[in-house]
Amino acid sequence: MSDAVETDRRLLTVTDLRTTFSIAAGDVQAVRGVSFALDRGRTLGIVGESGCGKTVLARSIMRLNLGSNVTTTGMAEFAGRDLLSLPMADMHEMWGMELAMVFQDPMTSLNPLVRVGRQVTEHLRHHLGVGRAEAARTAVDLLKEVRIPEPEARLKAYPHELSGGMRQRICIAIALACEPSLLFADEPTTALDVTVQHQILNLLGREQRERDMAMVLVTHDLGVVAGRTDDTLVMYAGMVVEQAPTGSLFDDMRHPYSEALLRSLPRTNQASHTRLAAITGRPPDLIDPPSGCAFSPRCPYVQPRCREEVPPLSAVDDPDHRFACWTPVGSPEGSEAFARNVAEGLPQAVAVDLTTGSSTSSGGVG
Amino acid sequence: MAGTGKAHLRPEDEVLIRVEDLVVEFPAGRGRTVKAVSGISFDIAKGETLGLVGESGCGKSTTGRALIQLPSPTSGSVRHGLVELTELSDEAMRRRRTDIQMIFQDPISSLNPRRTVGEIVAEPLRVWGPKGAAEQKALVDKILDAVGIDPDLARDKRPHEFSGGQCQRISIARSLVVDPELLICDEPVSALDVSVQAQILNLLEDLKVEYGLTLVFIAHDLAVVKNVSDRVAVMYLGKLCEVAGPDELFANAAHPYTALLLGSIPEPDPSAAVDEDLVDDGELPSPINPPSGCRFRTRCPEASELCADEEPQMREVLPGHHVACHHPLVAVAGQ
Repeated sequence: MSDAVETDRRLLTVTDLRTTFSIAAGDVQAVRGVSFALDRGRTLGIVGESGCGKTVLARSIMRLNLGSNVTTTGMAEFAGRDLLSLPMADMHEMWGMELAMVFQDPMTSLNPLVRVGRQVTEHLRHHLGVGRAEAARTAVDLLKEVRIPEPEARLKAYPHELSGGMRQRICIAIALACEPSLLFADEPTTALDVTVQHQILNLLGREQRERDMAMVLVTHDLGVVAGRTDDTLVMYAGMVVEQAPTGSLFDDMRHPYSEALLRSLPRTNQASHTRLAAITGRPPDLIDPPSGCAFSPRCPYVQPRCREEVPPLSAVDDPDHRFACWTPVGSPEGSEAFARNVAEGLPQAVAVDLTTGSSTSSGGVG
Repeated sequence: MAGTGKAHLRPEDEVLIRVEDLVVEFPAGRGRTVKAVSGISFDIAKGETLGLVGESGCGKSTTGRALIQLPSPTSGSVRHGLVELTELSDEAMRRRRTDIQMIFQDPISSLNPRRTVGEIVAEPLRVWGPKGAAEQKALVDKILDAVGIDPDLARDKRPHEFSGGQCQRISIARSLVVDPELLICDEPVSALDVSVQAQILNLLEDLKVEYGLTLVFIAHDLAVVKNVSDRVAVMYLGKLCEVAGPDELFANAAHPYTALLLGSIPEPDPSAAVDEDLVDDGELPSPINPPSGCRFRTRCPEASELCADEEPQMREVLPGHHVACHHPLVAVAGQ
């Protein structure tokens, strides 16, 4: 996400995007000021826990947040046009053609009453005016491309006749049909087995490289982001807390939330029965978010300043690596703050303090 | 293996549960049967955590449920100590269930939304426990406290007022209140966020020590299974492929299916290159009409004619490490 050289490669620039849902209990601030840029042919990962706003962000850019109680402000400049201020009729023309989306649940994102073939060719026929016979030929090619065996036979099938992995391949074929320049993949493999996940992620990566397509991969799994993306945004409570090229994010995590997320994952290179550094507590209420840093109530590095002032998303050494924290991981202030919290017996610090071996249990909530 | 055999079983006096030749079949209409579990044998030692892993549809949940006779297996034996559970009457089995408890994947739907947390956790006691209300309340409070839920705050609330992680804690409390020996955990963390998943896994490890529990941990996530297990059994299409200690299994996977599963794990480490050459565009075959011989052969890079003709038997390839494969990926002693 460098602001560098090839500005003509820039495809999407999102500036201060905010999405709010008005419900009876108040205004849920699901996305609270997110900015990022994405170049053609690049992959951006967006990671965070349930409710951090990652899906709402992707849907806001796609203009899929329907309903009169939803307000989105900010800019999402796509190839020179602000998607957020386009008339819906223009968006309809862009869906499938320029922007496409693959959803989490392949069981429910296909129409159960319509044969797969017609669903795959719908965009081709609608947007490009392709004839029936040619559309059918393209559909066979697309199904081959996403490695579905016996494509001619599968085009006549209904979705329920296919497995979850096959259905997700069909959804990908539909998304790719009109060669969009940007693909949103919202948890595309969360509902699938680990072996099928591997197949689908390989497929998405290959298609993306071959088509020079940009991709936004939304996931809760840091493992998925690690091997498959160029850049990563870590979101917490509707905001970006850390943003970096994926390699430098994992080499040098600076935000305590990113670190906590990684440390709470069981790893296959750890011996069995290794105690996990769980994050205590739960994400904040977005109707009335905490003052200061939203992660401060759960943060092992928390200092009084964190509870009062929202830290800005800024870079320190590497201009591409930005994070929003007053006491970043690996900095002298951070280490000092952590040591002080452990000494004072702050539960979230003691729970992840591996030096004493006294790491206590499961962070009681409730 | 997807094979058979009992070479991996331990002497009966060392184990709490011993399952032999377990078969579970369901009618699928038009005279067909779904062969969900096809003759597997395993055992669980007291105080041990057995991890059962495999893809969706491999029969791991069916196996877990067969342990508590929900439903009773089509054939085979499940022995709990000296008692053969498959031969018990419904009433005798009902009484046994205080010893064998289960928790489920979706913590919210496994709690009755109309009951309070206090009632939910006390229900097993109303059936089995001491009858005094005060005594029951003391037990409920104690167990809620042990799972990290404040009993005074939670007692009169209903499940919808809690998050998924808290509901899973409550369902753990409900299962432990009757002081079981064996707890079967069926994908207990798959529906939870990673941060909450870590809390629940740590909690299960603590409770296992505190209450002297034996666990069966069913999951599709290998990293999770490795973290909690003392022994791991890999299942494929109703058969057992490989049984070993977790560190041994991850270091020296002998079955090509285990290797495929391990290779598919997304590692949170960008320097660990993604294996795009891992050839597998295969899918689980239908359990109505499974492949002959080794059931994994249709997806197996090592498969030979032998695999189609003859079902591989469990054998020990390394000490305590058993595999059912004609072409294991590690050298076999004595061959």
